[in-house]
Amino acid sequence: MMNDLELFRDEIRLWTLKQLNHLGFGHYGGSLSIVETLAVLYGKEMNVTTENFKEIDRDHFILSKGHAGPALYATLALKGFFPMDTLFTLNQNGTTLPSHPDRNLTPGVEMTTGSLGQGISVAVGLATSLKLSGSTHYTYTIVGDGELNEGQCWEAAQFAAHHRLNRLVVFVDENKKQLDGWTKDIIEPFDLAEKFRSFGFWSTKVDGANMEAIHQAITEGKEQTEKPICIVLDTTKGQGIPYLEEKEANHHIRPSEEEVDIIRQAIEQLEKKVSGSKKEAGR
Amino acid sequence: MTQFQLDEKEMRQVYAETILDLAKKDPNVISLDADLMSSISMNKVSPQISDQVINCGIMEANMMGVAAGFSLTNKIPFVHTFAQFATRRAFDQLFVSLAYAKLNVKILGSDAGVTAEHNGGTHMAFEDLGLVRLIPNATVYEASDSTMLRKLLEQSYGEYGVHYIRTIRKKAVKLYDENETFPRGKGKLLREGKDVCIVASGIMVAEALQAANELEKKGIDAMVIDMYSIKPVDAELLTYAAEKTGLIITAENHNVIGGLGSAVAETLSEIKPVPVMRIGVREKFGQVGKVEYLKQFYGLTTNDIVNTALEKLGK
Repeated sequence: MMNDLELFRDEIRLWTLKQLNHLGFGHYGGSLSIVETLAVLYGKEMNVTTENFKEIDRDHFILSKGHAGPALYATLALKGFFPMDTLFTLNQNGTTLPSHPDRNLTPGVEMTTGSLGQGISVAVGLATSLKLSGSTHYTYTIVGDGELNEGQCWEAAQFAAHHRLNRLVVFVDENKKQLDGWTKDIIEPFDLAEKFRSFGFWSTKVDGANMEAIHQAITEGKEQTEKPICIVLDTTKGQGIPYLEEKEANHHIRPSEEEVDIIRQAIEQLEKKVSGSKKEAGR
Repeated sequence: MTQFQLDEKEMRQVYAETILDLAKKDPNVISLDADLMSSISMNKVSPQISDQVINCGIMEANMMGVAAGFSLTNKIPFVHTFAQFATRRAFDQLFVSLAYAKLNVKILGSDAGVTAEHNGGTHMAFEDLGLVRLIPNATVYEASDSTMLRKLLEQSYGEYGVHYIRTIRKKAVKLYDENETFPRGKGKLLREGKDVCIVASGIMVAEALQAANELEKKGIDAMVIDMYSIKPVDAELLTYAAEKTGLIITAENHNVIGGLGSAVAETLSEIKPVPVMRIGVREKFGQVGKVEYLKQFYGLTTNDIVNTALEKLGK
């Protein structure tokens, strides 16, 4: 199972990079930091498929940190929601893949997000509605650590705890940077897992590059029945691509010619890895 | 306004009763409030539909997102808060999470304009109609009496999209009987006339009718329109009024920029340009006071309408 998931993760990372590389600029940092989490959600945890997407009583995912759209698009394309080639239309005139997700444009996108702080409220509303209707399905959302600057996130957290939304899973992508730099220099986040715990969540912190740890945290969270679940992901902006991880300003990147070469090499390596894994799996 | 009768019911009572009826009829109806349930009388009906009522607490931005989440599951959320919180405070949430996402939600903004009275400037929305009017495809109504409020709520329930209904909370002047209908994009021609047309909404409709009576005494024949549908506005009726009278006066309990006056002037300037004089709030913030005092202060009285008409007609 983990082998399949590793392949899926590598493919999401590969197609996220290919997409952004084709465009020539974009939100590399925060897209790459959620790749493992998306792989666990769409590859293992959630029962979302192209067939059941129109149904309401299923698991749902809202990308509150909307600027990571490219990673979600890569995931959805790999899941068959639209052709892989569509990824190369990212941000082009008339595209169905805008930099921030739009539920009316892209098959598989649950909610329009990108104005930070809003997606988590929508996830909370969705989870409340599912709970009231007796559904046993889960609502997942990913918020950024920078996004948590927005007060609305904490409104949503209070609401979720009050309504005992035990089937709401809030992932915090703690990649420790926001657009202008390190979160600790801009708005010190302190201990986010502790903060959510004090807001009434069941909360834990895991290595956001470790899919087994992410999956384990989800499983543990689901064991309790009274509280919403918060999983703080200890991640790195540009995760999985050493050059991008080390680059200081890596929120939105317009790579230089040299950097394009470096990213191209990373893409080639990933491509080899992916085709090797596929051969090994007999595909 | 001695010759006008007040409604039997307060607008808030009508809101709560209508939500109760809709919620009983349709389990998909959900009522959301932001710690103002008692202000809009929802506390009186909520025990009967407790599964369909959520008091979100004092968090308007989150409430708009929660409404969006409900709409994603095909529920029909009715959201209430005071007009300035529904629009000024939660504008981006209203814009992005609801309208841009093309979701289905009905918003009641209460305590319109000067009727916020003792809550004063912080709570006095003179901008709400303008703000929501800026949002593509949003429908914007101002209810002028209880029959209209109930029908606009019922109608909005049946139409997909973002609907904003502005209202006062207390008793309005009774204007309509139960058989009236209030289609989207239409206005009500309340009184024919040939010299000037007063286009009003909300509490200013009664002032407009009163002004027409006063003008009649001076030999001026005034037409009166209740333009409850601020967006889309009734271009056909406005064209008729402009062609017949050649002079339009708008009257609104709102800033003259962005609301009814703007909607009328913008519309007529493109299809039938005639002078459009706008009665409303000009470059001022709200303040505490009784409605009658505030109407005087902001120039929202019968006399303001009458004097404008006389001046423009050279009488």
